[in-house]
Amino acid sequence: MKLLYFAWLRAKTGVAVEEVTPPGEVATVGDLLAWLKGRGPGYAEALADLQVVRVAVNQEYADPDQPVGPDDEVALFPPVTGG
Amino acid sequence: MIRVQREDFDPGQELAALTAGNRKVGGLAVFVGLVRDLAGDETVGAMTLEHYPGMTEKMLERIEAEARARWPLEASLVIHRTGRLEPGERIVLVACASAHRQAAFEACGFLIDWLKTKAPFWKLEEGPAGAKWVEARESDDAAAARWAPEEPDAAE
Repeated sequence: MKLLYFAWLRAKTGVAVEEVTPPGEVATVGDLLAWLKGRGPGYAEALADLQVVRVAVNQEYADPDQPVGPDDEVALFPPVTGG
Repeated sequence: MIRVQREDFDPGQELAALTAGNRKVGGLAVFVGLVRDLAGDETVGAMTLEHYPGMTEKMLERIEAEARARWPLEASLVIHRTGRLEPGERIVLVACASAHRQAAFEACGFLIDWLKTKAPFWKLEEGPAGAKWVEARESDDAAAARWAPEEPDAAE
């Protein structure tokens, strides 16, 4: 699974792009976020408040109950501020 | 048409090209967003626009298609810049051409409101206390919600 981090999520995790292989019980976006939180202090800080974390699966906005799999591209980013 | 680019653009040239040769256009509405030198009470020296290549373009195309489904537009254009921009520089252009002004005005307002809340761009402001990621504003959500329904299917 390919993970992308943008804006302060990248700054806090210290990662822009990574390949991960989550354990088998990680089946949804919500599971993935919970698993990522445990990967280190940077991840825990970045994901401390999930109200301000948006997730896209294969470049489409996704809810916590959306399934994720090994071939997916999952992006984590803050609420958008363009325009 | 949508474009995401680092370079500046010339609004006059863009608008002329958008309507060139189309005599059905009676009204052209345009919004150009610029970098301010103030954010709240703090001075902004510059800002850096980041985006999600691929998804950003996809979302802009979808928002534009939604505008064209809702209003009878002859032409539309969205240009959004990325990278480091200084106060006074252009960030974004939205233009809508239609036979009459109402559709052009409304579609233009819709496009910029939805762009601000749906297209993956993020602003990093450089101020006196260092660089700071801009937080999303509730007033932008409220502006986007004026154009509900969010999903075309939700109206059924």
